[in-house]
Amino acid sequence: MNTLTDQVAPTLLEVRDLEVEFDTYGGTVHAVRGVSFDVHAGKTLAIVGESGCGKSVTVQSIMGLIPSPPGRIVAGTAKLRGREIVDGETIDGDIVRGSEIGMIFQDPMTSLNPTMTIGDQIAETLQVHRGFSHGQALARAAELLEMTRINEPRRRARQYPFEFSGGMLQRSMIAMAIACGPSILIADEPTTALDVTIQSQILDLLRDLQQQNNMAIILITHDLGVVARMADEVAVMYAGEFLETGTADDIFYNSAHPYTVGLKAAMPTNRDESEQDLMPIDGSPPDLFAPPPGCAYFARCPHAMEACQNDPPPAFPVGSGHATRCWLHHADCPRRTEALHYAAPIEGGDT
Amino acid sequence: MTPLIEAEGLTKHFDLGRNQTVHAVDDVSLHVDQREIVGLVGESGSGKSTFGKTMLGLLDKTAGQVKFQGETLPQSYAPGDFQRHAQTMQMIFQDPYSSLNPRMTVGEIVGEGLRLHTSLSGREVRDSVAEWLERVGLNAAHMSRYPHEFSGGQRQRIGIARALIMKPEFVVCDEPISALDVSVQAQVVNLLGELKESMGLTMLFIAHDLSMVRYVSDRMAVMYLGSLIELGQSNDVFFHPKHPYTEMLVGSNPEPDPATERARGRTAVRGEIPSPVNIQPGCRFANRCPKVMDVCRGTTPELKNVPDPEGQERDRLIACHLY
Repeated sequence: MNTLTDQVAPTLLEVRDLEVEFDTYGGTVHAVRGVSFDVHAGKTLAIVGESGCGKSVTVQSIMGLIPSPPGRIVAGTAKLRGREIVDGETIDGDIVRGSEIGMIFQDPMTSLNPTMTIGDQIAETLQVHRGFSHGQALARAAELLEMTRINEPRRRARQYPFEFSGGMLQRSMIAMAIACGPSILIADEPTTALDVTIQSQILDLLRDLQQQNNMAIILITHDLGVVARMADEVAVMYAGEFLETGTADDIFYNSAHPYTVGLKAAMPTNRDESEQDLMPIDGSPPDLFAPPPGCAYFARCPHAMEACQNDPPPAFPVGSGHATRCWLHHADCPRRTEALHYAAPIEGGDT
Repeated sequence: MTPLIEAEGLTKHFDLGRNQTVHAVDDVSLHVDQREIVGLVGESGSGKSTFGKTMLGLLDKTAGQVKFQGETLPQSYAPGDFQRHAQTMQMIFQDPYSSLNPRMTVGEIVGEGLRLHTSLSGREVRDSVAEWLERVGLNAAHMSRYPHEFSGGQRQRIGIARALIMKPEFVVCDEPISALDVSVQAQVVNLLGELKESMGLTMLFIAHDLSMVRYVSDRMAVMYLGSLIELGQSNDVFFHPKHPYTEMLVGSNPEPDPATERARGRTAVRGEIPSPVNIQPGCRFANRCPKVMDVCRGTTPELKNVPDPEGQERDRLIACHLY
């Protein structure tokens, strides 16, 4: 798929045609089926999609967090600052974790070790990746907690996770992830378990840290509100594929894929006091044990055509840096106007 | 409109021992009219779920009372009270994964209420279960399956069928959609809407997703740390929040619209919800409030009617010294 946006920011990570599979007793799960994306310094790439679409597997495989076996990278390349990191069926996590890529997880309550103090857990990263002494690392841990706006960082560093609120735990996770100054921060549903007020604080914090360090963020979320708030570039993922990629404005105001349009129509907006009816997407995502031969969205798509059933659509460019996998955008498609109709700004994008 | 159910000064405290008391719900008065949907919002720990459960009698009341169709419900439910109210009041639970017994088939789960509370024969119960499974968008053949065979959205439908098969008049929906994906949320919300129309349901809809609550409910109630702090028509509360806490909640609600989000700038959300143990007098929001005054720290503001400046006489209750 096309590179995503303006080329001013240097490209840190280039992923091409990544495919990840898992062997299970029930057969092989084709979790990620050929995704390509670029990550630029100082920019936020949001990967948005519903549960089970492969968002987390995509980033976990880049972090070398996919256990192998049962998981394996069957195809694709991933270049970190021009250097290939896919090695056989895996990525060696020791090369990327810590100093190059940091990661925060969805559920801060279960992602931290309950038997270690917060300070020790942050310090561990520095001891392993930077060779700090325990004392040096602990002092730095307190500084990191202060950077993530935790009050009384020295006292807090000596406490255990159960003494922290959900928001503070997520701040501690962020402190741990940025401890070694990574160039890329992966945030996997960082605010899903938090209240909107705390979510707002965490998102502000992420953006401030990004600006201070010119860090790239890969944000995984299912919440289009969070995408609108944070993302420069967006990839809409469904059944292991990116169905649409583009800038945030492209995705929201010039949606090119019926799935993107469907997702937007399924959410209430607060544009004015009038209420348009919510349009659910009927059905459920396909079984990734046996992915459909054609378009993954075929069974749920209101615009489905014959071609969609058996031929997987390639990525058609819709605009500069905006592409979609949908046959409606094929130049010869007789129903192309349908696609152009909803690709026009329907919701008054005044940008 | 006559209220179907009415809470007056409803209070629920949990005693932790050692002179520590959790003020989960403090002196909340709220009524729900016939065929009305009242949305209840607030951060986690604000007492929304406890209020819903106390209203239904699933928890004993510490003080205050609940009237259903004019009849005062007991302070503490005896088994006979549950028996009597099972067919008038029901609850739909938040987590579709832990609220269904994994060792019972869907038919047993959905039909259990009818078996316990009515004199229907086994065949009639089965027919009714089949009818309800169809009605919530499942299949009568699903009756013999177990919960683990279903997706989150399907399980939530099972939970809805289990509650509504009793043909209740009042339903408490405790975060019925927060565990579901966006596209499935819309399916479940629309299903609840259809059933409300066809059955004349009255609902208390508890959620933390403000956009969804605005969409679903007629009136919106905002709770903070056990107290009701604002109540009004959903659109009024959402678009013209008056209480500083409601302003903060609405201000941090992300909109699926990049232009709106860019224009929003930083949100001035300070601090986190404090512990509800041994609450001191004064406004509970005082330590996070950007508009805090001296009076707020000493005197608890009362919930009072604040007339709409545009002269539209719509009920608007606010507990804040600013008004």
